[in-house]
Formats: sequence, C-alpha cells, structure tokens
Amino acid sequence: MYDKEQLRRIFDAFEQWQAQVESDLKKYPERKEKFVSSSGYEFKRCYTPLDVSELDYLKDLGMPGDYPYTRGVQRTMYRGRLWTMRQYAGFGTAEETNKRFKYLLQQGQTGLSVAFDLPTQIGYDSDHPLAEGEVGRVGVAVDSLKDIETLFDGIPLKDVSTSMTINSTAVILLSMYAVTAEKQGAKLEELRGTIQNDILKEYIARGTYIFPPEPSMKIVTDIFEFCAQHMPKWNTISISGYHIREAGANAVQELAFTFADAVAYVEAAIKAGLDPNVFGRQLSFFFAAHNNFLEEIAKFRAARRIWAKIMKERFKVTNQEALRLRFHTQTGGSTLTAQQPLNNIVRVAIQALAAVLGGTQSLHTNSFDEALGLPTEQSVQVALRTQQIIAYESGVADIVDPLAGSFALEALTNQIEEKVWEYLQKIDSLGGMVRAIELGYVQKEIHKSAYEQQLAIEKGEQIVVGVNAFQTKEERPVENILKVDPALEEKQKQALRQLREQRDNRAVANALKELKQAAKEGKNIVPYVFEAVKCYATLGEISDVLREVYGEYTESTSI
Amino acid sequence: MKKYRILIAKPGLDGHDRGAKVVAHALRDAGFEVIYTGLRQTPEQIVKTAIQEDVDLIGLSILSGAHLQLSKKVIELMKKEGIASIPVFVGGIIPPDDVPKLLEIGVARVFGPGTPLSKIVQEVREVLEGVASTSES
Amino acid sequence: MNHKQIAKFITLIENEPERARQVLKDLPRKTCPVIGFTGSPGVGKSTLIDQVIARLRSMNKTVAVVAVDPSSPFSQGAFLGDRVRMKKHFLDEGVFIRSMASRGALGGLNESIYDVVELLEAAGFDYVLVETVGVGQAEVEVRYVADVVVLVLSPGFGDEMQLLKAGVMEIADIYVVNKSDLAGNDSLYDQLIGFLTFAGRDVSSVVKTSALNGSGVEELVDKMTTLWKTLVETGRLKQLRRERSRHHAETLARRTLQKYLSLVDSEDPYKAVESALRSMCERLKNGQGGGT
Repeated sequence: MYDKEQLRRIFDAFEQWQAQVESDLKKYPERKEKFVSSSGYEFKRCYTPLDVSELDYLKDLGMPGDYPYTRGVQRTMYRGRLWTMRQYAGFGTAEETNKRFKYLLQQGQTGLSVAFDLPTQIGYDSDHPLAEGEVGRVGVAVDSLKDIETLFDGIPLKDVSTSMTINSTAVILLSMYAVTAEKQGAKLEELRGTIQNDILKEYIARGTYIFPPEPSMKIVTDIFEFCAQHMPKWNTISISGYHIREAGANAVQELAFTFADAVAYVEAAIKAGLDPNVFGRQLSFFFAAHNNFLEEIAKFRAARRIWAKIMKERFKVTNQEALRLRFHTQTGGSTLTAQQPLNNIVRVAIQALAAVLGGTQSLHTNSFDEALGLPTEQSVQVALRTQQIIAYESGVADIVDPLAGSFALEALTNQIEEKVWEYLQKIDSLGGMVRAIELGYVQKEIHKSAYEQQLAIEKGEQIVVGVNAFQTKEERPVENILKVDPALEEKQKQALRQLREQRDNRAVANALKELKQAAKEGKNIVPYVFEAVKCYATLGEISDVLREVYGEYTESTSI
Repeated sequence: MKKYRILIAKPGLDGHDRGAKVVAHALRDAGFEVIYTGLRQTPEQIVKTAIQEDVDLIGLSILSGAHLQLSKKVIELMKKEGIASIPVFVGGIIPPDDVPKLLEIGVARVFGPGTPLSKIVQEVREVLEGVASTSES
Repeated sequence: MNHKQIAKFITLIENEPERARQVLKDLPRKTCPVIGFTGSPGVGKSTLIDQVIARLRSMNKTVAVVAVDPSSPFSQGAFLGDRVRMKKHFLDEGVFIRSMASRGALGGLNESIYDVVELLEAAGFDYVLVETVGVGQAEVEVRYVADVVVLVLSPGFGDEMQLLKAGVMEIADIYVVNKSDLAGNDSLYDQLIGFLTFAGRDVSSVVKTSALNGSGVEELVDKMTTLWKTLVETGRLKQLRRERSRHHAETLARRTLQKYLSLVDSEDPYKAVESALRSMCERLKNGQGGGT
C-alpha cells in the first residue's frame, strides 16, 4: 500500500527509533522481557507500515461483502442490521424453559438458543440409569416430541430463528423441531435456525459423542442432503471452535482445528454426491471470544479470509454465498472466575466487543455467575444488556470493520492466517482430521496448550485478576445461584412413563423397525427419524436403534 | 518403595475433561501414578476400578451440576465394598453452599474453578501422608 | 481370591517384592495362557485387547489384563490410561484389569510383571493378557513373560522399520494388522507377508482385524488358543516357563547386584564387582537374605 520510497523513509525512521528505544531500555526496562499472544507468538513493540508492506488491499482485504471477506460478509454490516443477540438457555423441564424463552424474547432478545441436558445430548431417556442426577441439569430435558411441543408453546416458529446445541442426536431434535413447526402451521422451507451438528469436535473437546466417527459423518451428510432439499434457510451445522478453545486450545488452534473439521465435513458431503455450491451456503461457524482483545479481533478477520480461500481454492466453489463465513460467537466460559465474580461482567464486555469488532453474526454473552452454577434471571439480564450497550451506546456498530488498516491488527491477522495454514497442512499430512483425531494428535495438542496455560498461571507469568493477583481476603458470595429442583427429574420420568402408556406403541415399533432397516441399508435416515418422532418414539429409543446399527465410540486418552 | 496411586474419574455424562486431564498431568509430574477412567463412568464402574487398581486416593471431576448425587453414590458404594477409607476429592463447578454438603457426605476436599494445581498437589500429599501415618500406627 | 485381594497383592508385589514372595510361594501353582500384546503407541493395542476380552467372555472364560504404561523419567510419576478402552468390562466379575507403570524398567514392562503374572495364574484366571508400553523399541521383555506374543501393527506408524530394527518382529508368534479398514493397510499386509516368507516363517500367523467392526478378533483368539495348546502338547511350554523364571532370576540378580554396587566405592570396575559380590555373600552368610 506504500511505495518503495515511502517505505525506505519509514524504515530509516524506524531504525532510528529502535536505536533510541534500545538505549532507553537500559534505564527503563519494559514490564516483561517478551510479550506473548495466547497462541505463543511474540507481539512486537510497535507495528508500522513495514509490517504490512506486502498487504494488497483488494486481494487481501477487499471491500466489505467482497471476497475474501476479511472486512465482513455483508456490505453494510451492523448499519443494516445488528447482530442477533442470542443467549443460550435451557434447564429443567420444557415448561420452565418455555417460560425463560418468553422472558428473553420480551427483554429484546432476537433469537432463541436451546441448551439440552446431557441425557438428551447423548441419546438417553430421562429414566435411563446413566441419566440419574443429570436430568434437566445443564439444559432442558427432552424425551419425545411432546417436550418440544411444550418447549415452543406460544412461540411462532415461523418467525423466530432457533439455534440448538445438539450434536450426536441432532437428527432427532431437528426432526422434533420441524414436526412441531409443521403442527403450528409453518412450512419447512421457511424455518430459520441452526443445529450444531458438529460431531468431530465432540471427540476432541466436548464429549457428547455416541457413534464412531464414520457413521457419525454419515448422519451429518444425511442432514446436509435433507436440508438442502427441504429446509434451505436452515444452518445444517455450526462448526465449532468454541469448545475446542474452551478445552484449552489457543486462538490459532481454535481456527485450525475448526477448519480441519470443516474440511472433513465438506469432503464427506462431496463424497456423498452433494454440491458444495449448494450445501456450502448452509454451513455456519461458532467461535469463542477470549480476553486477548486484539488477537481475538484479528482471529475473526483471519477466519473469514481462510474459509473463503479454502472453499474457493480447495473445493472450487464459485457461489459467493458459499464462500462467506458466517459465525456465532460466545464469550469464553473458561475465562470466568469464581473469585470476585462481578469482575466477569467486565471480561464479558471486552470479549463481546472483540466479537463485534470482528464482525460476528450473532452473539452470546456469558453471565457473571457461570463459574459458580447456572445463571440467574438477573445475571442473564446484565449479560444481554452488555450487548445492547455495545450495540446502541458505544458507536462501534456504526462503521463497518472500523479497525481495518491498523498496522498491528492487519499484521496479526496475517500472522494468525499463516499459522493456521501450517496446522492444516500438518493435519492433511496425517491423513485428514478424522485420522488425526483417531491418532489422538488433536487431543494431545489441545491438552498441551491447556497444561501450559495452567502452568503459566501457576508461575504468575499470566495474570488472572482476582485469582493469582489482586485477591481479596473475603469473598462475598453471590446470592441466588439458580438450583435445579431435584424433583424435576421425577416429574420428567413420570411424564415419560405416561407417554409410553398412551401413545400408539405399534406404530412406534414399526417406525423404529423401518429406521433400523434404513440405517442398515445406508439410506438417508432423516425421513425415517421424522416418522419415528411423529408417533412419539422417544429420543432414547431412536438412539438405541442407531447404536445397534452403528456401534459406540470409546475415546482415545493420553496426555 | 511405596508409590501412591491416584484414580482420576469423570462420573456422569459430562464431557468436559480439560480439568481432569490437567490435574492428572500435574499429579503425574508431581510423581504420582495416575489412573484415568475416561468419560461417562457410573459410580459402580469408578468403585470397581478403584478396587482393581488399589488406589490410595480418588479424584472426581464433575462440571454438570450433578456433584451431590454422584459423590454420594460413589461414597455409598465405597462403604459397601469396604474401601471407604480411601479419601475422595471433588473438583468442578461447585456452588459455594454445596461445599459443606459434600464434606458432610464424606468428601475429603472440594476444589472449585481457579484452584491452583500446586494447592491440589499439596493437599493430595498431605492427605495421603496423613492416611499413611494413621494406618501405620 | 476376590478382586480386592488380588489388587492388594499386586500392590504388595510392586512395593515389597520379598514379602510378597513369602505369600506367593505358598499359593497353589496354576498355569493358563499368558498372552503378550506389543506394538507402537496408537496402533490400537488396548482396543484390540478390549475386543479379545469380549470374545473370551462370550466363551465363558475369565480374563486378567495387565496394561503397562511408561513412568516419567523425570518425576517417576505415570499417566495410566489404557483401561479407558476397556470400560465395557469394568463391571464384569470375570474380568480383572490392572494398570501398571513401567517404573524405570527397560523392555516395555515392569520388573514386578513376573510375580504379577504368577499371581494372576494362581488366582485361577483362564487367560492373562499383558499389554506392553509400546514404545516401539526394546519391547523384547514380553518374549519372556508371555507364552504367546501378539505383535500389533497398523499403517502410518513407520512400524516396519522401527520393529525390524528393534528385533520385535522376530519374537512375535502372531502378527495382527489392525485397523484393516484403513487405506494403506494392504501395503503393510503385503510387506509383512513378504518379510515372513523370506524369514522362512509361517505366513498363516498373520491376522487382519478391524477395531471398527470387530472382524478378525475371533480368528485371533482361535490362533492364540491353538498355539498355546500346541505349546502344552509339545512340552514347549515347560521350556518357555523355565526360560521365564531364568530371565526373572537374571532380572533379580541384576537388581540385587546393582544395589550392592551402589554401595561400593571403587573406580576399578572389576574390583567394584568383586567387593559388591563379597559384601552380598557376607550378608547372605549372616542369614539376612540377598535383599532385592
């Protein structure tokens, strides 16, 4: 962006300045010998045009809404429409969560995001022995279509967009949602929302897998195929770096492993005969926003550029819509501290700001009390207000990609991109992501980062305010931590028993039999799951059928 | 020479094993032999493993909120199997007012988020050496 | 013996081998197939053992497993994660699984392994399975511990070279090409057959298995069992067991001598050994035992 003569003059000035700094340092050393990013590379003291001298504006940044989308996926970004404020919520029974949803919508939230309890995520009914103590605990308990009908009672599904954090049982929940919407009178093709459906990261970071990778990938591509035909506005997958980051990965690893997962999905879908120009439009992403403000903004910008290049260069995609990386962001749960929990409000605000400056499409802000338990209505409100303050008071939403051209930011963006490509190459050389996961390579890399981070905190190299510095003697306990009533589990089980008595059990048996047959024959299972769901087959029953056909996965563990 | 063996277990369905693995790693680096169970262990499986591996201490990592039920069940089974003298530590997202409840159930130590590894290692040593000296006397 | 007693006994063997020996020698001696599993990390040894357990259980056989993982050379601590793969069997009373750290022993096993295997045989298990560390080298110890050695291979681990170098290829009785559903495995299989042919060995000792669908496991268990029966019938087992105790004795002798050597202060190696042996004899004469 600079001519040679200008650069030469800047270089001279820089050299001079550097010499002065060196002599100053003898007298006034800097706070640390090295300033290091979360990903382990060193921050320079000061960035200048010299650091971005190779930057080609049109090629590397482009206008907002243009390839490679470094500056954003829409032309007007938040001047047109603000990001979707979407708080992840769900606990206890469908009835209670329905109330929380209505509260959130009334508070100005613009999309729904459903948290499911662990038995639902791992394909067990509430009365399964392994579900004991877990029913309704980290999300809402869903056993059958009945629960989903209750969950969205009085909420018109043709008008809201709903995100569901569900992976190994995504096909079942998607079917339940779609059937409920149809019963409300909505058409499948107008439904908007997202299922997480990102099974690969479950093996490396989140742990709610059921089946081995291969059949799991088959289910994912079945969903791609079904939605491309019947639910074109639905995001069929939310390829998630969030949990990878939360498991201990750094910013570079978060992007690298997410894109390695994404490449595996695209390859699987292409192998199944699908066109990336079509299903590519329905891929969405999910990243974390952590504390290192500038690195995080750079990460989001680099992410868009990398994905556009992957789709265009590796998969020869020409459809512009399939080149655009659209993503949801959540502030980093693992950055919240149990000590002095109100400080978390500030952390969340900084992280949320990074997400917005990084051009996110939707955002979840964590509640300050989440290191202690489930958030209360009050803490959820503060979290949502944080987004609203950024949106309406800070002014950052009024200029598209306002930090572009910052020497530091563009240099960081380049640096992250470069490091991500290195990782992607490494994974390719191992034989792709599925293989890298089976080898335990990715898990080991993440664990290594997690352990190093923890040691850095132990040694005081990394300061966590209130934890290893600036501690207070007496911690003021947070009041009103939300507790899930243990009686809910019994209530849910009773409802399930009742359902099993009242439904047409012949129809259920028949639908399950047909599903099993379809799974065995390698047919697309989505329509069969729809049928099973319609006659109130339970989530556990459907999962069991698939377990029989596909088998179960056991993790690879090493440190 | 006596080497202490520690079982790090993840009961319940919670799949977040970052903490469990980091703690296991630290204990290894502190010289302990650490047996890791992997995810989704029932209390029965954990107690059977503790017996077969003849461990000196059990660490449970629970982030799903099911810590009271799960810890209680593990300790009840330990009593039934006659291994209740093995100390049990619990780590995870534990609301402050659940801590006394866990201690009452019979848990020896509770560690919330942000607990330094050095503290965990130190308390493991203290408790184990305490157990060793009482059993020898 | 119940599981708890066996477990406590193993701890005793690991920590106080001499005291353990006093009890162990009075137990009735029993013999069962002791099968060793070796191969590089990541080839799927534990998963394969998990499937072998399942197969043996379906035949109503009881199984004991000893899985050895490396100790850290720095802290002497260890992370023992092999049993994760075998979690299906945790509640099965017919299966006993024990993780062991190598505790500085070379050869991929732990020095206590000889006594532990003897104990597990005495405890009446129908099969004892031993999984080595799997560092891909110096894994030959398993030859002396196990009656039948299964070498597990999988493509993409540079196994061919590693194992040829370390001499592990020679000590195996059965070769498993695991993850046979993976691309690249045919080439590994072909190379293996080639190697065995030119080494003048039996190519029918190769089994293809798949962790994914469990194929080949039945064949592996059949081969293991048949081979062991042949060892019994031909009297070769007796010889193997004699070699096992000879090797065990060598291990003990080395350890004992090392202990005395460490107390000797002499720069001349010959003199050092001499005075170590002398002080050992002295102690034995006084009836204090050799002190391993």
